[in-house]
Amino acid sequence: MTPIASDLAAGLVQSVDWLAVAPPTIAAVAGLAVLVADLFLPEHRKPLLGWLAIAGLALAGLSLLPLLDGDRSTFCLTSGGGAACSYTADTFTLVIQLLVLGGALLTALLSISGIQDLRLPAGEFWFLLLSSAAGAALLPASRDLATLVVALEVASLPAFALVGLRRESRLSSEAALKFFLSSVTATAVMLLGVSFVYAATGSLHLSRIADGLAHVDPRLDTLAQAGVVLTLVGFAFKTAAVPFHFWVPDTYVGAPIPVAAYLSVVGKAVGFSGLILVTVVAFPSYDDVWGPAVAVLAALTMTAGNVAALRQRPERAHSAVRLLAWSSVGQAGYLLVPIAAAGYAGPDGDAAHAIGSTVAYALMYAAVNLGAFAVVALVARTNPTGRITDYRGLYAARPAAALALGFFLLCLAGLPPGIIGLFAKVTVFQTAVDAGLGWLAVVMALNVVIALYYYLQWTAVLFRAPEAPSDEGVASVTPVAATAPLTAAIGLAAVLGIALSGAPQLVLRFASGALL
Amino acid sequence: MNHTVLQYLLAAVVVLPLLGSVAALFPAPPGLRGRDPEQAVLRHGVTVTGAVLAAAIALAAGFDHGRPGVMQAQTDISWIPALDIRIHLGVDGVSLPLLVLTALLTFLCALYSYYKMPAGGSTPSPKGFVSLLLLLEGGTLASFAVLDLMLFFLAFEMTLIPMYFLINRWGGAERERAAWRFILYTLLGSVVMLLGLLLVGVKGGTFDMVALASDNGAKLTHTTQLIAALALIVGLAVKAPMWPLHSWLPDAHTAAPTVGSVLLAGVLLKMGTYGLVRIVLPMVPEGAHTYAPYLAAFAVVGIIYGSFACLALALPSPTTTLNGGSALFNRSGAGGDLKRLIAYSSVGHMGFVLLGIATLTPTGVNGALFANIAHGLITGLLFFLVGALKDRSGTTDLDQLSGISGAALYGRAPRLGGLLAFGAVASLGLPGLAGFWGEMLAMFGAFEPADGLSRPAYLTYMALAGFGTLLTAAYMLIVVRRVCMGDHPVEPGAEHGAPRPALADVHGYEFAAWSPLVALTVLAGLWPAALLGLTDPAVQQLLAGGN
Repeated sequence: MTPIASDLAAGLVQSVDWLAVAPPTIAAVAGLAVLVADLFLPEHRKPLLGWLAIAGLALAGLSLLPLLDGDRSTFCLTSGGGAACSYTADTFTLVIQLLVLGGALLTALLSISGIQDLRLPAGEFWFLLLSSAAGAALLPASRDLATLVVALEVASLPAFALVGLRRESRLSSEAALKFFLSSVTATAVMLLGVSFVYAATGSLHLSRIADGLAHVDPRLDTLAQAGVVLTLVGFAFKTAAVPFHFWVPDTYVGAPIPVAAYLSVVGKAVGFSGLILVTVVAFPSYDDVWGPAVAVLAALTMTAGNVAALRQRPERAHSAVRLLAWSSVGQAGYLLVPIAAAGYAGPDGDAAHAIGSTVAYALMYAAVNLGAFAVVALVARTNPTGRITDYRGLYAARPAAALALGFFLLCLAGLPPGIIGLFAKVTVFQTAVDAGLGWLAVVMALNVVIALYYYLQWTAVLFRAPEAPSDEGVASVTPVAATAPLTAAIGLAAVLGIALSGAPQLVLRFASGALL
Repeated sequence: MNHTVLQYLLAAVVVLPLLGSVAALFPAPPGLRGRDPEQAVLRHGVTVTGAVLAAAIALAAGFDHGRPGVMQAQTDISWIPALDIRIHLGVDGVSLPLLVLTALLTFLCALYSYYKMPAGGSTPSPKGFVSLLLLLEGGTLASFAVLDLMLFFLAFEMTLIPMYFLINRWGGAERERAAWRFILYTLLGSVVMLLGLLLVGVKGGTFDMVALASDNGAKLTHTTQLIAALALIVGLAVKAPMWPLHSWLPDAHTAAPTVGSVLLAGVLLKMGTYGLVRIVLPMVPEGAHTYAPYLAAFAVVGIIYGSFACLALALPSPTTTLNGGSALFNRSGAGGDLKRLIAYSSVGHMGFVLLGIATLTPTGVNGALFANIAHGLITGLLFFLVGALKDRSGTTDLDQLSGISGAALYGRAPRLGGLLAFGAVASLGLPGLAGFWGEMLAMFGAFEPADGLSRPAYLTYMALAGFGTLLTAAYMLIVVRRVCMGDHPVEPGAEHGAPRPALADVHGYEFAAWSPLVALTVLAGLWPAALLGLTDPAVQQLLAGGN
């Protein structure tokens, strides 16, 4: 597994801590099992595959439990002095793995009805979803650049296929192509950066890179700096930070709704955990380079996302998903703020404290954003055009779904009763104020108000009176009944959101403790 | 009453409305169904607000009046250790009157709505209305009862959504624009305030308001205090509202349903001034000291501006006087809208409150708190009366209402006319009624501001504020003349002398909803010591740094 040949020679046979690597492994094995089972199952039994995939994800999630007792590492270097492991299961890893696997589980619940409605090939879909989830679960545990890049690609490649899975849809294949091309460019740039960093420090392990960068040869300083910046570019793409955000709206609109939900949550989590690992663990000595860069990136990203979301016209086709896409760009900006703050933190562990806010915010965002997408998927069954104006009078037609969506949107906006959204934003503000990034806090404050406007506008639409039956002769559409998995997904997200609002400590404790 | 009972009473005051708000969404249990679901849910609103009012009164009765400067009925539970946020509740002499006022006004609003559910909106359902009303009450009560900066912010924000929907769904003309304006202004203000609160909390090491008040800004550097005070004052001034950040208020009031206007003016505006007294004065004293002269200047501009705006609205529009009756109904828009006029008068009255606070003296701050309560009582009453007038005559436009000679309310509905005249003279600050003391004390405070503040400047402010009271008297008397007096039996401008339509006089339920406000206005005017005795020790303590 370790990428360096000389190290392989030193210890050819390693004892692998299978328990530590269980979460990504189980997801990957479940993916293969689904692919094989697909060959033998008759057509009418295909729905079973979905439940198999859900069981695999649940099992992978449960396998996190035995790891709670303490940090574990495996695939370690045995030579060269100083511990350097490729796979570490610490608190940070476990929390992100929980987020990824939980997000994939909710996506799977959403997909069960989506696959039937859109006639997607079931076997391929579940295999791709599980493979991507396995890569995403591997990523936060990676502690060397090679594993990190491999994990990132394992998480991304199936996602391209998932986006383009809708047969006979021009929009879908165009979205997949756009996503693929921009992603591949970013990966290429990132690999260049990784090679520069390797050239400057002579190691791929994050902890050794940190040591190496601290006293890098002055002649290689420019090389190292370029390497740091280029590596960050790759992750900035995954997080959909400006200026790598243009693929987001078209990709989300073209993809099946569950896949868009998956990209908005798990895809982002992948980018953020990677970004945190390289900045805070590998490049701490270059924080004067990436700290300001990430701060500017955060300000631009949230402003671009929120302003674009504000300009969405509610009567346009797919405006609901488009709005969520742009708002997810805006939310990515908030998630970047604590990482930027970590760049300004002193060496006394403030950096780990700051990124805890990102993790807490990401957990909140994952629960409520998936919930919002679940309601969008529900409404799309009745109104396939997916316009925000279609949500008018949702409260009259489906009171529970409307209340849930209202709650999710207010959580995203950060207004009571979405208490968890409010306090997650407060922690992010706090890191910015703590780090002395007053200007960033003010930019974020303005953005929060912009975002409130469009979230609230959508919420207000839900509770307006339904349109009177139009005189065009279109009979009022009878709402298509919700399926059990879809209801379960919405219910699960709502319960999570309400529980977190009552006891924000559940996620906010990550914002106070050191994670890495 | 012992401490535990008081604790539970205060907790009940905060929690009951929230529980009631959720319960209102569910169908009534058997036995409480009433005539029909609508009646049941409206009755639910009256019951819950009544219970809250009872708890608030019991709390006031059990409150140790000998030590109003001390936080009483304190509850302190850890909620989010990660952010050091605690559920810390408590009341002292500053917050107790506001708690009781909120509980009272909301109860009266619920009672009024039970008989007179606001119309408007496309499908106004009483279920949502009652639920939002209770949520609003819960948020307001919580913001007066909590002693943790983050909880204060949470409570502050909690009132936005219900108020937005109350205006947006049950309001009058242009309600959607007004609701947006309301929420955008206040949100922008509250986000700025959040930055200030965070700065105070992060640098001060705690979010606990009692601890921060007794630190008296000792842990904050001068620069931090300046930045934090600026953010806090701007944020709270939007809510108060202070000129020039007031422009959301007239629109919101004009569009809001009667009940919404009453609560907006009576209770929500007080959250801004309460925050200034509770947070800015004790926690960032140096910052408060630096900005106080500017705050006072803006306050005085607000007084003068509000009065002139009211005067412009109160005077007959030129078209009416020139063209006589034929032009009466040509006016569109809210030219001489009575609700708008009262909203602008609120800007003036809250200017006095801000001026009192900006003197940084016990006299001025006591006056401000007194004027707060008085404004809540009197303006609440006035909005009720104007709402009733609108229900009867279909308009609040002063020109349409009065015609050439006046609306002759004294003749057509004598009790309503009498109450309106009472509200108007109370609002202009007639000695012996509640409006007098607060404004007098605020000006008195400006006569001798705190050490280090420029006395000549404050004397100028005082003189201008005094001029403002004259203007207030002028426009209020014009309103009384145009609405209450006039030729009774004949339709103005109508040649054939058709009799004017009779107006229903005060109904029983209206009487029930309004008489407590009238009684308290008189009581506070005749016995100001009851209120000042409560606030004074607490104010002394806040200004001296909680010691």
